[in-house]
Amino acid sequence: MAAKVIFDRDRCKGCELCVDACPVHILALEESTNRKGYHPAGCTDTSKCIGCASCARICPDSVISVYRD
Amino acid sequence: MKPVYVKSKGLQDTELHYCPGCSHGIVHKLIAETLEELNIIDTSVLICPVGCGVFAGNYLACDAVEAAHGRAPAVATGIKRTCPDQPVFTYQGDGDLASIGIAEIVHAAMRGEKFTTIFINNGIYGMTGGQMAPTTLIGQKATTAPLGRQKELHGEPIRMCEMLSSLGGLVYAERVCVADVPHIIKAKRAIKKAFTKQLNNEGFTFVEVLAACPTNWAMTTRKANEWVLGPMAEYYPLGVIKEV
Amino acid sequence: MAKELWKGNEAIAEAAIRAGCDCFFGYPITPQNEIPEYMSLHMPQHGKVFVQAESEVAAINMVYGAAAAGKRAMTSSSSPGISLKQEGISYIAGAELPAVIINMSRGGPGLGTIQASQADYFQSTRGGGNGDYRTMVLAPQSIQEAVDLVQDAFDLADKYRNPVLILADGMIGQMMEPIEWKQRPSVELPPKDWAATGRHGREKNNFVTSLRIDAPDCELHNVHIQSKYDRMAEEELRYETIGCDGQEPEIILASYGTTARICWSAINRLERKYGIKAGLFRPITLFPFPYDQLHQIASRPGVKAVISVEMSQGQMVDDVKLAVNGAAPVHFFGRAGGSIPTVDEVADFAASVVKGGAGK
Repeated sequence: MAAKVIFDRDRCKGCELCVDACPVHILALEESTNRKGYHPAGCTDTSKCIGCASCARICPDSVISVYRD
Repeated sequence: MKPVYVKSKGLQDTELHYCPGCSHGIVHKLIAETLEELNIIDTSVLICPVGCGVFAGNYLACDAVEAAHGRAPAVATGIKRTCPDQPVFTYQGDGDLASIGIAEIVHAAMRGEKFTTIFINNGIYGMTGGQMAPTTLIGQKATTAPLGRQKELHGEPIRMCEMLSSLGGLVYAERVCVADVPHIIKAKRAIKKAFTKQLNNEGFTFVEVLAACPTNWAMTTRKANEWVLGPMAEYYPLGVIKEV
Repeated sequence: MAKELWKGNEAIAEAAIRAGCDCFFGYPITPQNEIPEYMSLHMPQHGKVFVQAESEVAAINMVYGAAAAGKRAMTSSSSPGISLKQEGISYIAGAELPAVIINMSRGGPGLGTIQASQADYFQSTRGGGNGDYRTMVLAPQSIQEAVDLVQDAFDLADKYRNPVLILADGMIGQMMEPIEWKQRPSVELPPKDWAATGRHGREKNNFVTSLRIDAPDCELHNVHIQSKYDRMAEEELRYETIGCDGQEPEIILASYGTTARICWSAINRLERKYGIKAGLFRPITLFPFPYDQLHQIASRPGVKAVISVEMSQGQMVDDVKLAVNGAAPVHFFGRAGGSIPTVDEVADFAASVVKGGAGK
């Protein structure tokens, strides 16, 4: 099952709620900073994404969209 | 690929001003999704509070009115009584609703005003910088309670759901939180139920959301949500408090 | 049309209904209780909204909400209650909403007395709440004028998107007089496309707010609001003069509302008892105040002084001084705390001013 998680990188505030919510532990904050100066969240291994959208649901800033086959 | 989760049409494109990890953004999304699913983005009117939610009219896509501190239920009454076919809802924090606006919320509930109130309880004044709220827990520190809230000095925190549930005009009160995904799903269900009951003209509907304020609590977002699910949910029990 | 005998408060309520008032939000306080009482019976009969609010604060915020939804909204109260409404009035002015507020004023400060007073002049004409704003203030002297002004007030509020205050007193609220229900001219008013009515296909949401968080934006907003007041001063000034035109008065009584009626009698008394010709300048709009018009009258040759006659310790006299601006000496005569000046008191004081020696 292929799934895709897309981050609106510059809107992320690096709150890490998505990192904690991900059941397969594939989200982490990046080393680099975004336009706001935060370390934005990103996916470390897209192939493991199950498309559950937990990350998107908990993101307060509507940074994340999730797609699935 | 099909979308599993995309941003709701109930939200504008504006970036939120809230601090990282603040629950306001999550609750905004749940309201936006509810408006979209019930097809009432185009007819609803939001009454914003004074406090961090003051800009909510720049975030949610429906029409909005900014009220004076605590007066959102009176403003909503003025709108709903003159426009009874319009969905109307207030979005209020704990300083706004449980302190300065306590008379307005109690009497709106007493009259059974047919609007919905989403009550954000994070136990603190967020916008002004972390002062003690009527909902601050015993022992919890605030900038105006530097030694923590004390029962002898400040009294015990107000449980708004339970207090309002004694009033006949209130038909639905549920307390939820958005500290993790399962609770977010429950919170969404409660908000949608409240709006549905409003659309059925049943009476006053009230959803209290236990919310995290990591900035003013001086906690990481993880610790803040543990605080919500721990001490807060212990004092403010989650679930349906009243349903007629 | 035949004249009908009406009590002031009830006539004002009926006038509002006839002016298309959609909703009334009230709270009991003497001496205006007949207004909410009348509304509670008659508004529902017209399919309109009446709510008895939990407080004056709630009532004015209900007005704010209904006005934000584009409705014609009104509330009424008396002095201490009007003080409580100032929060909402400031927000209504800030958010540029139309609303009509009735003040059947009574003696203060504090709980004061329920008897008629004009001690709310400052509060009414200087804004009353926080920030740089004004309410338009209309001051009737009779039930007929009150009825006419209430109906005008709704149009003026819509025209300027600004609260309009009817400043009367317990005397006008409680007494009965014959009135005539006049045919109202239809006025063209701007569309309420700013109202929060639900988007209904509108491209962007309407957000009715007085919040302007960026200072430059807030300043622009203040400048814009001020421009409306300037326009009011150009287009809406109302006043009446008696004994001023072609009669060469020696003294001008400046007075509004109930005390203007007393001054009217005092003018006759001055002529008969003292042989003094006096004129009356009666502002009907207290904000905007007819400064230039009073100045012109005070500047006429033969005018020895202007006296501001009020039921207060001296409030409108400030505006009278600004208006007269040195053209003639300005004196003050007033009774306060719910006491009403008699015709003789006013005439005797005016005579002593003309003869010289009266204190200011």
